[in-house]
Amino acid sequence: MADPLPPLPEPVRKDPQKKTRTALIPPLARSRLGMRLGAQAARGRFHLPHCDSCAVIVWPPREACPSCLSDLQWRAADPHGKLIAETTLETSPELYFRERVPWRVGTVTLAGGVPVMAHLHAHCRVGDKVELRLFLDKADRAVFMAFADTDSPDLREDIQLRELTNDPRHRRVLITDARTPAGVALAAAMTGAGAKTVFAGVAEGWKRDAAIERLEGMAGVSVVPLDLTDTRSVEELCGEIGGKVDILVHNAEHVRPGGVMAGRGIADARQLHDKLVFGFMRLAENFGPVMRSRGADGVNAATAWVNLLSVYAHANWPAYGQHSAAHAAALSLAQCLRGEMLGSGVRVVNAFAGPLEQDWHDSVLPPKVTPDRLARDIVAGLLAGQQDLYIGDVARDVAERFEDDAKLLEMELAGGGQ
Amino acid sequence: MTKEDARADATRLLADLATGLASGDVQVVDLTHRLDPDFPIIVLPPEFGQCAPFRMEEISRYDARGPAWHWHNISLGEHAGTHFDAPIHWISGRDLPNNTTDTLPVQKLVGQVCVIDCEAESDADDDYEMGVAKIEAFEVAHGMIPPQSWVLMRTGWSRRSGADYINLRADGAHSPGPDAAAIRFLVEQRDIIGFGTETVGTDSGQGAHSDPPYPAHYILHGAGRYGLQCLANLDRLPPMGAVLIAAPLKIRQGTGSPLRVLALVP
Repeated sequence: MADPLPPLPEPVRKDPQKKTRTALIPPLARSRLGMRLGAQAARGRFHLPHCDSCAVIVWPPREACPSCLSDLQWRAADPHGKLIAETTLETSPELYFRERVPWRVGTVTLAGGVPVMAHLHAHCRVGDKVELRLFLDKADRAVFMAFADTDSPDLREDIQLRELTNDPRHRRVLITDARTPAGVALAAAMTGAGAKTVFAGVAEGWKRDAAIERLEGMAGVSVVPLDLTDTRSVEELCGEIGGKVDILVHNAEHVRPGGVMAGRGIADARQLHDKLVFGFMRLAENFGPVMRSRGADGVNAATAWVNLLSVYAHANWPAYGQHSAAHAAALSLAQCLRGEMLGSGVRVVNAFAGPLEQDWHDSVLPPKVTPDRLARDIVAGLLAGQQDLYIGDVARDVAERFEDDAKLLEMELAGGGQ
Repeated sequence: MTKEDARADATRLLADLATGLASGDVQVVDLTHRLDPDFPIIVLPPEFGQCAPFRMEEISRYDARGPAWHWHNISLGEHAGTHFDAPIHWISGRDLPNNTTDTLPVQKLVGQVCVIDCEAESDADDDYEMGVAKIEAFEVAHGMIPPQSWVLMRTGWSRRSGADYINLRADGAHSPGPDAAAIRFLVEQRDIIGFGTETVGTDSGQGAHSDPPYPAHYILHGAGRYGLQCLANLDRLPPMGAVLIAAPLKIRQGTGSPLRVLALVP
């Protein structure tokens, strides 16, 4: 049993005479096959290339099986193995690692004797049985990390793991639409996960309600004025707290039923897009550059930008057709933001959900995602360093059908399915 | 009096007014709130369509988007900020002639104004409703409301802001306004041009529960009269003797318009 890790140092106030560290990233270059591994990591999967004819995992990934030339199948693999060798990097020609040494890496053999290189959690020792997980590193490229015990209470104290995840602990979180049920639940979940401060953005503060009172009563939560439909409001808040936002959760919602022909009209659609699409742009224009510049700013560096999206961003659900369209636009912007954030160390996370347990989905049959479940899964996704989260049964089902055959999903939804 | 004499009188009148304005003997008082993104708008159940609040986006600011000039695009609902209600705004006024902002007779947009002070009552009761008795008491003190006047209800509400201004509770907004009989009296017995308030609407916050619902809107607009709301500085007007200028934008088929409301005060 390894000794417990000392707690991560609490971030101290910045020395105003010191330059903020430039966000460097690990090597970017990967082949398309290497990127395919990243695409698994992004979704929290441990999928590796298998040759079904030879019944082996083919490692490193190749275009075809080197023994029989069969096509390879990417699917779930047993993540357990044995740590057979380790070393500690004391220096590196890579600037990113040079700043972070010493850094432990090792070789793990998976079942069938497949050897992979992995970052090592501090508790791992040579000879240990370990569990491998796939992560995206600061360059959004796939790496393995080996764990001796994924349930260990001090798991999150590991500095190498913190580099790969987006742990809210010690960090300051902005929730952009905190008045919604999901917003309130997120504020509670983030403080529960150790966030230092939650800035709870509230529009139209002149409309008092129970949600604002709950937020005001939470320790560590600071209610701030933020109206995503008002450029000046976003600018003003960014001026005040932009340099302190380590995790931004864009959870704005404006759920309304109706499609394009039998919808609620342009005035309503304009409000929807103003909040979800232009609101996203206002946040990106203001908070984006500041967060990008703080991707390596110590223990509480800027780390994640989370978007709450409808899973029907992937394919339009005509019952909520306008809503799907706005989310599709927001998803496209999120993909753009990912490109612009690449190299900054700030991960753009998309959390997809189906219908939520809230007033505007009251005529939709369950299963629906409760606010607490949504918040819990978003925090879990940040702790796992994932890029895409699918929350709840509906979101996972729609995502699977989308991956299986996007056209078929479109036809099912157009035919009245969900 | 011949037509020529009348015209000569009017010319002298306007010259005197211009002299008074130039000398400051006639004061121009601004009764308008600043158009501001944070200014509350009327709160309706969310399943209804909503009035867009005031918003402003920069087009350029002496930069690559326009090197020597600075300008904005603005957007807002017809009924945002200090604004004018035309008769077509309400179902009762939808079939009247000249009931939109582009067709209404401009002669009616400038007129004398009576200001009924209800501040004490509104201080004491957020839901104060001005009745006929209050109007009669006003007339005993200051004289009869002349025909074709604007009547404004002074409540001090414009000094409130944010949550206190809209004053929402679980059962809706709570703010003062006129009762149905008072509005009917002003329209039918006093032939007013229109009625204005400091609150977010011409009706009280709980006006939806009156008979008829929203009596000021229903009765005023059904009779082709106008509404003004979100007014400010009413405490700077005398009870009688000032002139109101309230010209909405000439919007095609407009149901109302944000505007700058001015008063000429002796």
